[in-house]
Amino acid sequence: MKNIVLLVLVLLVQAPVMAKEAVPMAADPVIEARLMELSENLRCLVCQNQALAGSDSDFAKDLRREMRIMMKEGKTDQEIIDFLVQRFGDFILFNPPVKSYTLLLWMGPLLLLLLGATILVLVLRRRGLAGNVTTPLSAADHQRAEVLLRSLDADADQGDKTRDDKNEGHKS
Amino acid sequence: MIKQRLRFLVPLALFIIMVAFLGRGLFLNPREVPSPLIDKPAPAFELGQLHNPQYNFASRDMLGQVWLLNVWASWCVSCRAEHPLLLQLARQNVVPLYGLNYKDRPSDAIAWLNDLGDPYSLSAVDMNGRVGMDYGVYGVPETYVIDKQGVIRYKQIGPVTPDALKNKILPLVRELQAS
Repeated sequence: MKNIVLLVLVLLVQAPVMAKEAVPMAADPVIEARLMELSENLRCLVCQNQALAGSDSDFAKDLRREMRIMMKEGKTDQEIIDFLVQRFGDFILFNPPVKSYTLLLWMGPLLLLLLGATILVLVLRRRGLAGNVTTPLSAADHQRAEVLLRSLDADADQGDKTRDDKNEGHKS
Repeated sequence: MIKQRLRFLVPLALFIIMVAFLGRGLFLNPREVPSPLIDKPAPAFELGQLHNPQYNFASRDMLGQVWLLNVWASWCVSCRAEHPLLLQLARQNVVPLYGLNYKDRPSDAIAWLNDLGDPYSLSAVDMNGRVGMDYGVYGVPETYVIDKQGVIRYKQIGPVTPDALKNKILPLVRELQAS
């Protein structure tokens, strides 16, 4: 019981402190809009995969506060980004800059596309060549082909008949 | 015939390579973001001391010696984990260890040190976290190795582990002290 009373007291004491932190510093809608747009493209390093704009972590709050101050001082977006990259590295950017070690990242899809296209062309060309090869038929082959063709004709005749039957049946 | 059969191994080989890359990725720690401040001058600061607020501590006071700057706070859970190791390091007396008390209440911080022991030569009070921001602190604890010229040579993100201390931090400190 004593513990519970103590807990409630502690929470009561803490509540105003927490509330103070949540109060936004600037109500200037122009700066807020700019801040949101800019921080949408920045990574919150504590809650990774979340943007700085939507994060509720202390880290994100601090950075947003700092960005607000810089905007009020008239710093440009680029200056603010430089400030952050200088301290936290390129990782804070959702769009990694093109650098020697990010070249593979940027060019990778293009390379894969080229690789795929090359393979496709090679395969098609080889198939085309294979199709063009003509070998003369031997006498035995001719005979076999003839037998096959004749049987095919016979089948076709039968097929026609059945079809006729069907049509007649249909008519009656 | 053999050539034909080998062709079927190509997708398998590609698959194994892919698995190797993805598997490696599983064991990387995404929280360890390499600091852009490595090999750059440590951001200068001058802050009040935790135990003697009337005195300041300035980073330039440390020029000429290798030192460790440990960012800590009484509210930080992992700081407790690394604390025994820092106490042990302080007893060894190999390198001066300074604390940056980050976004903390000085009374809480002093109580914490009284409770657990104080490994720091002194701690500087960074109550609003401005200095921490200059150092790119995004999680506490973090530990910086700073050389005689005031250049950051190493950053430990998260608690100092016995392994990191033995294999990275102390060898680097010795090397820097010798140079």
